[in-house]
Amino acid sequence: MYELINEISRWAIPLTLLLVPLIAMLRGVSVFETFVEGAAEGFTTAIKTIPYLVAMLVAISIFRASGAMEVLVHVLSPILDPLGFPPEVLPHAVMRPLSGGAALGIATDLIATHGPDSFIGRLVSTMQGSTDTTFYVLTLYFGSVGITRYRYAIISGLAADLTSLVASVFIVNQLFR
Amino acid sequence: MVNYVWLGMIVFGILVAGANGQVEVVTRAALEGADKAVKTSLNLIAIITFWLGIMKLAEAAGLVRALARLVRPVTRFLFPGVPPNHPAMGAIIMNLSANILGLGNAATPMGLIAMQELQKLNRGDPRTATSAMCTFLALNTSCITLIPTTIIGIRVMYGSTDPTAIVGTTIFATACGMTVAVIVDRMLRIFYGRQG
Repeated sequence: MYELINEISRWAIPLTLLLVPLIAMLRGVSVFETFVEGAAEGFTTAIKTIPYLVAMLVAISIFRASGAMEVLVHVLSPILDPLGFPPEVLPHAVMRPLSGGAALGIATDLIATHGPDSFIGRLVSTMQGSTDTTFYVLTLYFGSVGITRYRYAIISGLAADLTSLVASVFIVNQLFR
Repeated sequence: MVNYVWLGMIVFGILVAGANGQVEVVTRAALEGADKAVKTSLNLIAIITFWLGIMKLAEAAGLVRALARLVRPVTRFLFPGVPPNHPAMGAIIMNLSANILGLGNAATPMGLIAMQELQKLNRGDPRTATSAMCTFLALNTSCITLIPTTIIGIRVMYGSTDPTAIVGTTIFATACGMTVAVIVDRMLRIFYGRQG
């Protein structure tokens, strides 16, 4: 099963790159000009996201470097300990919505320390694969079109992250404890 | 909401740093954050420029429209405010497909196109997110993942005897997350009132 999925993901992009221009050409599209036109839009989009990302990453960076992260972890751990949630993994859970790179760093460190096939190693692997850098995605996507009022997007994004987190702890406890 | 979260992280961070007697780290952290943001955006230029070129071709060839027609029953339920033939629909579908396959760096540019198309449908204040945008982002961040490629790579690196043991648990966890995302999104959509 995994082999098949792996093969699909290996071919997905090369096939797209082969078929899309080919079909476009057969449909009478001037392929080179159309590509350049789309690419020009891409350039402006990327530039437009800079101020939004600066705002968000500055706040996240201060929050982390100041030790505020540790305070939050400390406050949360008495609630989570009884749920089969090892305190070692808590920094990862708190960091995940804020910074993909930092969360991956914590995950790698835990896997290196406890071993990939340990309970903690499997739990943090599942968490890393199943939750997302919600704040980064929201900032980037909304920033690219100039949206500053997010309405309820943060609430539903974090609700989904929290659910994936709880589900990870549950299923890994069931299967690998 | 984002205003409070943002301000909260800065204020709380500076207070904690001050209490720890190392308030000077704040200055460095702020500038490092800014530096990382600009570098991320610049790195994105290459990949977004490339994928938006390909997407424009797919759109001109009518491929995006065909794909959108295929999954119309699902999208009609999830995005009642978006016309089924609108280019936004195609971009949303391509973004979610890339997420499912774990092709993270192909997903982002398509997500940005989806946002631009959704913004064209924004009949209210252009600075305020529409319901369709909130639904899209909820799905995007919670999307089912079939192959968590990066973490499998790290498990291999550290000598796991069964690196893909976590594929099943990941699918389970993301399926739960996505279900809740759809439910919460639908509830909040009613609570916040219909805006696009």
